[in-house]
Amino acid sequence: MKNFILKYYYGDIPEDKSGGAADARQTATQSDWPLWEVFIRSKQGLDHKHVGSLHAADAQMAIENARDVYTRRMEGVSIWVVESKYIHASNPEEAESFYEPASDKVYRHPTFYNVPDEVKHM
Amino acid sequence: MSIKDLEKIFLDKIEKEIKIEPKDWMPEQYRKTLIRQISQHAHSEVVGMLPEGNWITRAPTLKRKAILLAKVQDEAGHGLYLYSATETLGVSREQTINDLHSGKAKYSSIFNYPTLTWADIGAIGWLVDGAAILNQVMLCRTSYGPYARAMVRICKEESFHQRQGFEILLTLSRGTDVQKAMCQDAVNRWWWPSLMMFGPHDSESTHSEQSTQWKIKRMSNDELRQKFVDMIAEQAKILNVTLPDPELKWNPERNHYDFGEINWEEFWNVVKGNGPCNKQRLDARRKAWQEGEWVRQAAAVHAEKRKARETQQVA
Repeated sequence: MKNFILKYYYGDIPEDKSGGAADARQTATQSDWPLWEVFIRSKQGLDHKHVGSLHAADAQMAIENARDVYTRRMEGVSIWVVESKYIHASNPEEAESFYEPASDKVYRHPTFYNVPDEVKHM
Repeated sequence: MSIKDLEKIFLDKIEKEIKIEPKDWMPEQYRKTLIRQISQHAHSEVVGMLPEGNWITRAPTLKRKAILLAKVQDEAGHGLYLYSATETLGVSREQTINDLHSGKAKYSSIFNYPTLTWADIGAIGWLVDGAAILNQVMLCRTSYGPYARAMVRICKEESFHQRQGFEILLTLSRGTDVQKAMCQDAVNRWWWPSLMMFGPHDSESTHSEQSTQWKIKRMSNDELRQKFVDMIAEQAKILNVTLPDPELKWNPERNHYDFGEINWEEFWNVVKGNGPCNKQRLDARRKAWQEGEWVRQAAAVHAEKRKARETQQVA
C-alpha cells in the first residue's frame, strides 16, 4: 500500500525535482503528519488562548483544520498554529525552586499595605 | 526522588483536586488506564459516525440533512479532541488508530447495532447521546487535565445532539400511526443497548475501583445508569412511548425508578465482537484509512514542494 505512487510531480516542475521511487518511499514513511498546537483569539481585544492540537502536513493545512475543528460555532476571529516541537516548557518537577523567588514577596500585592479608612478609593 | 515520594506527591494532588498534566509524574498504571479509556472514547466518537452517516443521504428534509451532517461533523471533531488527549500521554496517533483497526482497541458496543429506519437517528440522539452526556458531564471533572478539557468542549457541543434526537422522535410521535409505530419500534430496539452503555454492574467492573480512587471516574456505572433511567422515564411520557421493560416502575421509597435486568449475555457477546455490525464497522474504518492513503501522501508531498519553493525564493 505504501509505495504505489512512484512519480508524483506533474506539470511545470524543474527536472531535478521530477520525483522518483526513492523520494516516494521517504515520503510514505512520513505520512504521519507533524503535530501542531492551536491558539485561538475568541474576539478582538482578547489574547490568543491554547485550545488543543492536531496533525497537519503544513501550517496552512493546520490553520484550515483548526478552523474546521475548533471554530465550528464562531469561537474565533484569529488562529495561530505552531508546530509542537518548537514549544519549550518549564519543568514541573522543578516548580518549587523555579517559582520560589516570588513566594516571599507579599509586598508586591496591594493587599500588603494598610490604608486608613478615610481614604475611600486607592 | 524515589518512586514512593513521587507517588505521594501524585496522590496528594488527586486528593486536593489538582489536575494532573502531561509532564507531571504519574504511575504507569494511571497512564495505561487513561490511554485505554481515552482512546476507546475517541474510537467511539469516530465509529459512532457510521450508523448515523448511513442516513445523511436519506434524511427526510433538507433541514434534517443539514442538522445530521453538522452532528456527524461534531463527532469527528470530538474524536480528534480525544485522540489529541491520548497523544499527550506518549502514544502516537498512528499507533492508536492501528490498535482500532487491528481489533486490539475497543469502542462503545452501542455502535455495533444497525440503524434500520429514520426514527433510529432520533433514538440515537435521545438515548445514546443522552447516556453519553451523563458519562461525559462526569468526566469534565476527571483528574487528567487534557481529558477534562476535551470533555468540557465536547459537552458544550453535545447538548444539541440530544435535543435534535428528541425533536425527531417528538415529530414522529405526533405524526401518523405509521410514524408513531416507527418511533416506538426504534425506542424498543435502542433502549436496552443504551442501558448497556454504562458497562457492567459495579460489582463486576474490573477497572472501576482503581479509576475511582484516581478520580478518573467520579461516579459508578450503576449510579450513572440509574440517573439515566430516571431522566429518560420522565421524558418518555412526553414522547408518548413505552420503554420496553415491564419492571420499570417508580419506587417512592428509593426515590428512583426500578428497572429490569440487562441481558448480560448479549452485552458480552457484542463486546467480544459478535454484535450485528461489529465486522461491518471495522471494515468501514479500515477501508476509509486505506483509501485515504493517497490523500495523506499527496498532502505531505505538497507541503514539501511548498517548503522547497520557499527556500528557493529565499536563496
